[in-house]
Amino acid sequence: MSELFSVDAWEKVWHYRSTFFLGLGNTVKTAFFGVLLAFVLGILFGLMATSSKKGLRWISRIYVEVIQNTPVILQMCFLYYALAFSNHSVSIIVTGILSLGIYHGAYMAEVIRAGIESIPKGQFEAAQSQGFGYIGRMYYIILPQSIKIILPPMVNQIVNLTKNTSCLYIVGGADLISLTYSFVTGVNTGGAYAPAYLVSGLLFFVICFPLSMIAGKWENALKKRERTMVTQQQKGEVNAT
Amino acid sequence: MIKMENVNKYFGDLHVLKDVNLEVKEGEKLVIIGPSGSGKSTTVRCMNYLEEPTSGRVYIDGKEITSHNKTHINREAMSMVFQQFNLYPHMTVLKNLTLAPMKLHHKTKQEAEELAYHYLDVVGLRDKANVYPTTLSGGQQQRIAIARALCAQSKIILFDEPTSALDPETIQEVLDVMIRLAKENITMVVVTHEMGFARQVADRVVFMADGQIIEEGTPEHFFENPENERVKQFLGKIIRS
Repeated sequence: MSELFSVDAWEKVWHYRSTFFLGLGNTVKTAFFGVLLAFVLGILFGLMATSSKKGLRWISRIYVEVIQNTPVILQMCFLYYALAFSNHSVSIIVTGILSLGIYHGAYMAEVIRAGIESIPKGQFEAAQSQGFGYIGRMYYIILPQSIKIILPPMVNQIVNLTKNTSCLYIVGGADLISLTYSFVTGVNTGGAYAPAYLVSGLLFFVICFPLSMIAGKWENALKKRERTMVTQQQKGEVNAT
Repeated sequence: MIKMENVNKYFGDLHVLKDVNLEVKEGEKLVIIGPSGSGKSTTVRCMNYLEEPTSGRVYIDGKEITSHNKTHINREAMSMVFQQFNLYPHMTVLKNLTLAPMKLHHKTKQEAEELAYHYLDVVGLRDKANVYPTTLSGGQQQRIAIARALCAQSKIILFDEPTSALDPETIQEVLDVMIRLAKENITMVVVTHEMGFARQVADRVVFMADGQIIEEGTPEHFFENPENERVKQFLGKIIRS
């Protein structure tokens, strides 16, 4: 721990700061597109899971179970090396986007399924009886109501995905954690373990914490709106009696 | 206007509709009565294909309704009022009323709102346009649900036990609205336990038991000299209580 207080070690980190920013940039890029992919897959498979068609429900189930019950590191290796050996070598960032998108997509699918299933059947029936097709039902009536149930676990997945970019280390990634590790073990740069990991952790925190904060605030706002609606209702009942 | 031909419906092994044949003429007010579990609700739910008949055919305005055209036929020809109201809780009353006219019937916002205010006047709740449905009493919510059904301006309105979930003191306000509606040239099919309403409004009453139509006739016939023993028993119980 002595290097924690060593001016030399801190200076070294400062001198090579571009390494950390490069890693941060790669992590943010991977996470951003990974989240987009996870989101698309989550919506697609989440909707399939609540479909009236048995075949679609099964496909969704298989995807979710296979992905959730194998390690993400294995999926990354598989994707990276399997593609490499079949001469479809993809860049490390693309590997990250695909593997993390697919992995967290399975979790998002479950989040969206649970959100949709929490809406009473009568809402689907009312929309259907009015003549809304599937997309109209979901878009105008079901999803707006399930958003407050979906939101908190969804942000959780975004934060987890961002942190899981660190798994790319296993395939020699260029993300923040991988570059931090190269830095502390490098011939010229090695040694400054504690400051380097501290900085790296701080950078992760700076991205993930605001996400959690915003989600928390949004969730509270939604809950508060609901509470006001309920209090109005109670007042209404008092007036009625 | 509505024609059911040899309709059978099974829920698993349970045979809930047994070869039901029923015709409703344009502008007719048909009331379906009978003990719980007799298939009354399933009958009206087969009319708009919320339940798909296991066998048999349903025609709306001469056109057979199928799982492919049900959305279209519901949009053009029918509305439904549910026992549990099924208003959209995330929208104000006005939005509840204007959603389908704007999104499905291609009305402008102004046209849709004029229509909404017109029918809010009909149900006597113009002053509730901008509140959320959960702030209203059950009777008020059901009146809004009726206004929402009217906004589709369809020729047929199906009522599935519209007063069964209401507090006794709010039942009459909903029945009053329905009695007023019955003076229009709308085809109404009403599943209800309100015998006073049946007597006052029905052109024809159908009695169902065990998934079959046991007896049908004018309200006078029904309430003064029913033939079937089952009907006598049922009416005896209801009227005594």
